[in-house]
Amino acid sequence: MDSTKKLIPLAALQHYAFCPRQCALIHNHQLWAENWHTAKGQLLHERVDRGEPETRKDIRFERSVSVHAPSLRLTGKLDLLEINSAENTLIPVEYKKGKSKVDDCDRIQVCAQAMCLEEMLGVEISDGAIWYWQTKRREKIELTEKLRKRTRGVIEAVGELFDNESLPKAVFMRACNNCSLLDLCEPKVSQADRSVGYMEAIFKDDYEKTTK
Amino acid sequence: MKKLQNSLFITRQKSYVHKQRETIVVEQESEKILQIPIHAIKSIFCFGNVIVSPFLLGFCAENGVGLAFFTEYGRFLARIQGPQSGNVLLRRIQYEKTKSAPLDVARAIIAAKIVSSRSVLQRHIRNYGSQDDVVKVIGRLKHNLEQARVDPSLDRLRGTEGVAAANYFSVFQHLVRVENDAGFAFNGRNKRPPTDPINAMLSFLYSVLGNDISAALQGVGLDPQVGFLHTDRSGRDSLAMDLLEELRAWWVDRLVLTQVNRREIKARDFSQAVSGAVTMSESARKALLKAYQEKKHEEVEHPYTKEKLPIGLIPHMQAMLLASHLRGDLECYPPFVYR
Repeated sequence: MDSTKKLIPLAALQHYAFCPRQCALIHNHQLWAENWHTAKGQLLHERVDRGEPETRKDIRFERSVSVHAPSLRLTGKLDLLEINSAENTLIPVEYKKGKSKVDDCDRIQVCAQAMCLEEMLGVEISDGAIWYWQTKRREKIELTEKLRKRTRGVIEAVGELFDNESLPKAVFMRACNNCSLLDLCEPKVSQADRSVGYMEAIFKDDYEKTTK
Repeated sequence: MKKLQNSLFITRQKSYVHKQRETIVVEQESEKILQIPIHAIKSIFCFGNVIVSPFLLGFCAENGVGLAFFTEYGRFLARIQGPQSGNVLLRRIQYEKTKSAPLDVARAIIAAKIVSSRSVLQRHIRNYGSQDDVVKVIGRLKHNLEQARVDPSLDRLRGTEGVAAANYFSVFQHLVRVENDAGFAFNGRNKRPPTDPINAMLSFLYSVLGNDISAALQGVGLDPQVGFLHTDRSGRDSLAMDLLEELRAWWVDRLVLTQVNRREIKARDFSQAVSGAVTMSESARKALLKAYQEKKHEEVEHPYTKEKLPIGLIPHMQAMLLASHLRGDLECYPPFVYR
């Protein structure tokens, strides 16, 4: 990997899976805005990242573990790593404030975390987990080849987005209403780009057209 | 959309402004004359000899509260600025575009300025009956608009804009509706220093609005100093001056006319120095700023987005639209036109 290229933060993969434009606004244009969702997520992570490492019944729990995998171009942090010395397994665990989703965006993040660990430690990891705060449920994530392939695809797509410094066009969808960048992204403004007609109407001095 | 927070204008000479816990305190000769919660304030404007404590300066810089200093005439002196917002990419596009292809944005701005100036005159005729001179200028402005559409270079466009502005101000006197002008004779724009009351008021408010626009531009991560129409000049917020062109006539000019025509401000509120320079009294300045602030809360429909918004947020909206255009989300920059 070209070391001059910007590394991809793990969070960017999830941003991309949610919306490529959101990912570009945050990571290429450095825009950020807080809303109810982001604030709640921050609070949750403050709570779970603070814990000291502890060992219970052969399992060691390490919190807020930094990972860095140059060949994957990834960098970031895991919420929790469970090291089971009896079974000789590693399980990356991600905390999410909501509930389990149909789409893969949360799973992709955990899969990427596991791939980072595999590269750093030279081990193989078969499972990860997500702890959903709202439903108080722990979901087991099998790191299948299919999920890994999707994850590699997203990493590649985010890498391209970073390298080209491009900004995907906005497409307004229901999820936009939960996005903290809604006011900065203005999907409705750019999706319906009427600016050419608007300018023509000004020059034509065509009052009717601009007031439609 | 952003919330419109309040601006604090300090016009009283020798005021001392400082921070006390979570409040802003204004004192005069060690006497507290005002105390307000700091989080309710979006910007602080100081006119003339006003002293601000370093801790309040620091707070403003850190929290993105605009703090600007003006002379008593409203000439801009300095502004406190916090760390640049992180949007390097957008600024890079701005520098690139202003240098290599400034004409389209400049053209849009001038077109909007001409249309809006014309609307101010047309509205006057609708309200007070036709006047030949004004009708003539309305016709000329239409020609200026047609010219601006085809001007092949920035210089030619600036020329057209100069002609249009001279046309518009040549009949501005007709819009002053107080008997025998009552000391408000107006013979075209003059500045640095203004030599009549109307010019003094225009200069003063252009300066205040320009600074609001600068703050809005910084808010979206644009560099207020690098413009499309106005060339870079050290210490001048050229991009803010660009966007000001769209807003001058319908926002500031009308506001000044209203104040004069309603006799809220009178000729005796001004004094003239030997040099010819005209100074506003503190009460007049206060009345103008009050009217300016009140105007910010009036709602209008944005001609492009079609959403209703307070006038005070228009600089912010235009800054966002310009950023959208530079990012490639909008093919043209849609200026604000008033009809």
